[in-house]
Amino acid sequence: MIAKSSIKRTQINSTVSFVLLVALSASFILPLFWMISTSLKPIDQLLLDPPIWIPNPLEFDNYPNALEEQPFLQYLGNSLQIAIAAVLGALISNSLIAYGFSRVEWKGRDLIFVLVLSTLMLPYHVVMIPLFVSFSKIGWVNTWLPLIVPAYFGHPFFIFMLRQFMLGIPKELSEATRIDGGSEWVLLTRIILPLCKPALATVALFQFIWSWNDFIGPLIYLNERSLYPMSLGLALYHNSQGITDFSILMAASTMAVVPIIIIFFFMQGVFIQGISLTGLKG
Amino acid sequence: MSWGNPLSAPVDAVSRKPERQLFSPRNRRELRKIAIGLLFISPWIIGFLAFSVYPIGASFYYSLTRYSPISSPRFIGLFNYEKLLFFDPLFITALKNTLYFVVFAVPLGNSLALALAILLNQKVRGLALFRTIFYLPSILPLVATSIVWTWLLHPQYGIVSAIMAELGLPIISWFADPAWAKPALIMMSMWGTGWMMLIYLAALQDVPQELYDVASLDGASLWRKFRHVTVPMISPIILFNTIVGLIGAFQYFTEAYVITSGGPGDSTLFYSLYLFNNAFAYFKMGYASAMAWILFLVILILTFLIFRTSAKRVYYHGN
Repeated sequence: MIAKSSIKRTQINSTVSFVLLVALSASFILPLFWMISTSLKPIDQLLLDPPIWIPNPLEFDNYPNALEEQPFLQYLGNSLQIAIAAVLGALISNSLIAYGFSRVEWKGRDLIFVLVLSTLMLPYHVVMIPLFVSFSKIGWVNTWLPLIVPAYFGHPFFIFMLRQFMLGIPKELSEATRIDGGSEWVLLTRIILPLCKPALATVALFQFIWSWNDFIGPLIYLNERSLYPMSLGLALYHNSQGITDFSILMAASTMAVVPIIIIFFFMQGVFIQGISLTGLKG
Repeated sequence: MSWGNPLSAPVDAVSRKPERQLFSPRNRRELRKIAIGLLFISPWIIGFLAFSVYPIGASFYYSLTRYSPISSPRFIGLFNYEKLLFFDPLFITALKNTLYFVVFAVPLGNSLALALAILLNQKVRGLALFRTIFYLPSILPLVATSIVWTWLLHPQYGIVSAIMAELGLPIISWFADPAWAKPALIMMSMWGTGWMMLIYLAALQDVPQELYDVASLDGASLWRKFRHVTVPMISPIILFNTIVGLIGAFQYFTEAYVITSGGPGDSTLFYSLYLFNNAFAYFKMGYASAMAWILFLVILILTFLIFRTSAKRVYYHGN
């Protein structure tokens, strides 16, 4: 019976599916392949018509050369610091907020929660200008604070996800602790949060990627080179370059991309889980 | 719909006892709970006021003023809106470019994501690897991938041109050609559709197998099963992805900024890019705020319309 039903699920001919998937994934890989291939090209193999797919010999010097052109290591370090500070904020704030929206029962809670979700529809461009004006008034322009501090006040997407997860934890667990005289704080830090590890890992991961990839924030707020994160440093370097430097540009792009790829491969399970945790399945 | 029943109204009125004592033990417990709840969500409340409510109000006020960072805002009524809608050809260009992008990129990205998810749901070999390959591009830094695509689609030295030449296809200048720059960006956005695919895949895995089995017994074709089982069962997810995709597409910025900066010939001057230029290159903060508000209204109205028109077609099973 089980075998039968799994055969039936394979409705589309499996060979056709497989061939289609191989073709599609080849085209999805192509840009990244081309990036890495170019980053290893000696200058005399860069501008050939037709181009060569795999350079021979491989020119690894493009990487140190890129680092000499621009302080990319410093940019990477800045990106890392901004991202880690934001991740910390996201973990603390969203845990507290989600707890208030799931494990404590109070009047008006679910109504306010609708308000939380509705802010997901607010385009960044509406708040962008007033925030810039406010942050410049308090002297935060040309600091990382506008990129970090908002993460300490929760994000609707994370609140939603953590709330769903916390709602799934049996109520009796809380009741027992409350009867034993434990405060809500003890309940949150000793019982609920340890159970939420998978959801918290997802929050940390997504916040890290958002901060790492953020471009418009740094573009608006930072004008001192020593503060640039990778995204801004790379974009401004790109705008100042002609075509001859594409092997170096690709080496720099590879350096911006590789940390995310490494993180992805180590935490693949968490990524996949994150999507189902959002409760979008039902 | 019990509230529509006239008979239920008196019953309600009788059962609702007036609570006179504000500090009865029961009320005090209730108030304490509210206080605890508010305390926990207080970071959100502060953030909501500081990063949403205040900026929304301020941005609306700015939109009624002439405002450059060096002077204080000067009230000019609806002048910015009037100028945008009737006297700014670049605004119309930006709006048209953005609508073009939205109309093609959202349905195409959505369809590709669904197609990939369906293929991956066929229990093929190497599922994890394929899933990774399709998902990865969507989480990579846009600045880096934008630069990569500039080089990928380079008309003379790019690999895509080489492949097309090999296949006997004409050479296209992509980002350098006003007719092809937008399609090239749409193609790139489809490359980043992996997150949507993952959401679809999770939804597909939740469709009960029995429904397909029953359809098979009835002799339903592959297409009919897709149309009458798959689509209704995942319709809330289709709606979700459409709206999220739409909101994102209206704010499309980074790729256009990095790759084309609005060119060639304003063919990729998208709404957000023009808004950004007005605010931070020409320092017309009031004018840019008016643009932001028009964008906000357009998104709200479209979302509302989509919810309304889809209400009958979206099927919510369970809760």
